[in-house]
Amino acid sequence: MVVGNETVPTTERLGSERYTRPSRMRTHLLGNRFQTGLVRLLVIYALLILAAFLFLLPFYWMLNTALKPSNQVFTLPPTWIPKPVMWSNFITAFTMQYETDPPVYTYAINTMIVSVNGVVSTIFSSALVAYAFARLEFPGKNVIFLGILSTLMIPFAVVMVPQFIIWQRLGWLDTLWPLMIPHWFGSAWNIFLLRQFFMTIPIEYDEAAYLDGASRWHIFIRIILPLSKPALAAVAVFAFVFFWNDFLGPLIILSTPKNFTLTLFLANFNVAFRGTPWHLYMAAALIIILPCLILFFFSQNAFLKGITVTDLKG
Amino acid sequence: MARRYAGASLRHISVTTTGLTPRSSIWRSRRFHDAIVAYAFILPWVIGFILFVGGPIIASFVLSFFRWKMIAPPRFYGLTHYISMFTTDELFRISIWVTFKFVLISVPIGQVLALGLALLLNQRIRLLGFWRSAFYLPAVVSGVAGSVIWVWMYHAELGIVNNGLEMMGLEGRNWLFDREVVLGSLIVKSLWNVGIPMVIYLAALQGLPQQLYEAADIDGAGEVSKFFSITLPMLSPAIFFNVVMGIIASVQTFAEPYVMTGGGPDNATLFLGLHLYKNAFSFLKMGYASAMAWIMFLLIFGLTVFQFRLAGRWVYYEGGER
Repeated sequence: MVVGNETVPTTERLGSERYTRPSRMRTHLLGNRFQTGLVRLLVIYALLILAAFLFLLPFYWMLNTALKPSNQVFTLPPTWIPKPVMWSNFITAFTMQYETDPPVYTYAINTMIVSVNGVVSTIFSSALVAYAFARLEFPGKNVIFLGILSTLMIPFAVVMVPQFIIWQRLGWLDTLWPLMIPHWFGSAWNIFLLRQFFMTIPIEYDEAAYLDGASRWHIFIRIILPLSKPALAAVAVFAFVFFWNDFLGPLIILSTPKNFTLTLFLANFNVAFRGTPWHLYMAAALIIILPCLILFFFSQNAFLKGITVTDLKG
Repeated sequence: MARRYAGASLRHISVTTTGLTPRSSIWRSRRFHDAIVAYAFILPWVIGFILFVGGPIIASFVLSFFRWKMIAPPRFYGLTHYISMFTTDELFRISIWVTFKFVLISVPIGQVLALGLALLLNQRIRLLGFWRSAFYLPAVVSGVAGSVIWVWMYHAELGIVNNGLEMMGLEGRNWLFDREVVLGSLIVKSLWNVGIPMVIYLAALQGLPQQLYEAADIDGAGEVSKFFSITLPMLSPAIFFNVVMGIIASVQTFAEPYVMTGGGPDNATLFLGLHLYKNAFSFLKMGYASAMAWIMFLLIFGLTVFQFRLAGRWVYYEGGER
């Protein structure tokens, strides 16, 4: 190897050898390192493949069953590839109806209403509160902020019974309101995350706007919110997944099938259909998790940022 | 709502807010006005707190001393609920024990698995996005849908678990109907959802200062000693955070036993959350359920405080915070 007019030993180019060793020794070391590197690589990929296989197997098993004709569900040993592939199972699962129950898409609409309300309202209200903690000084600030954080330790079970009684007294049991109203007032976790993010936005933006005569409200709406799009997106995707998947809330509030959400429908599937058409069961499960899977694939960065949002130091 | 949003590492939770808002002179003249504006901004949370958190907390505490089945007016019961749950209600003792076992086994194994996967992802590998998605994906699946999938996986004759074991020449079990293994089956299912702590570990690993490893290389440290003397201590705030969040979430486990086993067989998976739910909404014992909810809170509180106590001994904060 010629660099300029000098011959440079290969090992030097690898940059790891600090001094020139006798050539025999050098080749031996190189080979050895190459071998351990290869073994290491093989072990890493073997573990990755094994783990990915185990983690994805349940998804495959669900998809496989969802696409089988009903008689093949019960063949032993189970077949790994459905033949013929019954795409119609998804249509059946989505439109099927049990006696007087509404069709499944009714549940999807209910779930969508609850989730969209949840995402929009929790983001806006949490951002408002977070802004005050990130940018304003007021008496009791630290105490209130600690109070917000400590509610994270309160299990839902503690507030569940009194909340249930409130809705019962209001006559709003078995409506979607109890699943929507509480989220208009911010959630502790989102307040915390957004506050952490707002603090990374340089205060100079606020000051410049303030000198131009903007009020706090205008600074919040016109400057802070637009600059926080990545953090808001992160909170939004997590909130959507949370609301879409919520189970205990709908379980205690809703009682007639026409008001059910998807998780509630899925949990009652066996009861409604007396026995289990597993292929339709899996098709329904797949439809239910699909929106979250799609959301994940299209907004992976938002998901990953949401988890580590406070590491985004400005 | 919190349990779904595990995130951030505790080191960044700085609650001392004074000094974080720059006090350049242009704001100073407006302090009184700002305080009023600030209260207006936090008003939504205050209203929500009074109606849906603070109020209910007080109501639930008061209710736990009353016997109330929704039909007749509440009757003062004193400490009877708290006494009878430890003396006459054998199911309560079982549910505490089941929950405790589940937390004690699933949280540590889950953290080891999450950290192991994060370490794998932190190597120089191709297709990082693919592997990361594969391990993270179950975390966006709802508890109910995930449970339904695993019920089908665990099916005694048709399930893939038993058929897979048979292919390997092993004998399967009736995973959800055998009281000896059923809790283990739920723990395995819970390990499927380690995506969130895994991503937190991965972010922490990627933030580790490289100089430490270079210094260790010069000293001739091996992989193992580098892991135990650099990686683990540097990750300890993330481990601590994940363990606390894991405990808070797993003490409240509900959807899995509700869907997969209904608490059976023979109450082997009667989690505290499930027992509480049944008392409140099947038997309408609102007072008793409230008392149990407070025990659940104490369990979470106790385990968390215990972790904070332990943390002083093993959690390393770079730069000497805390």
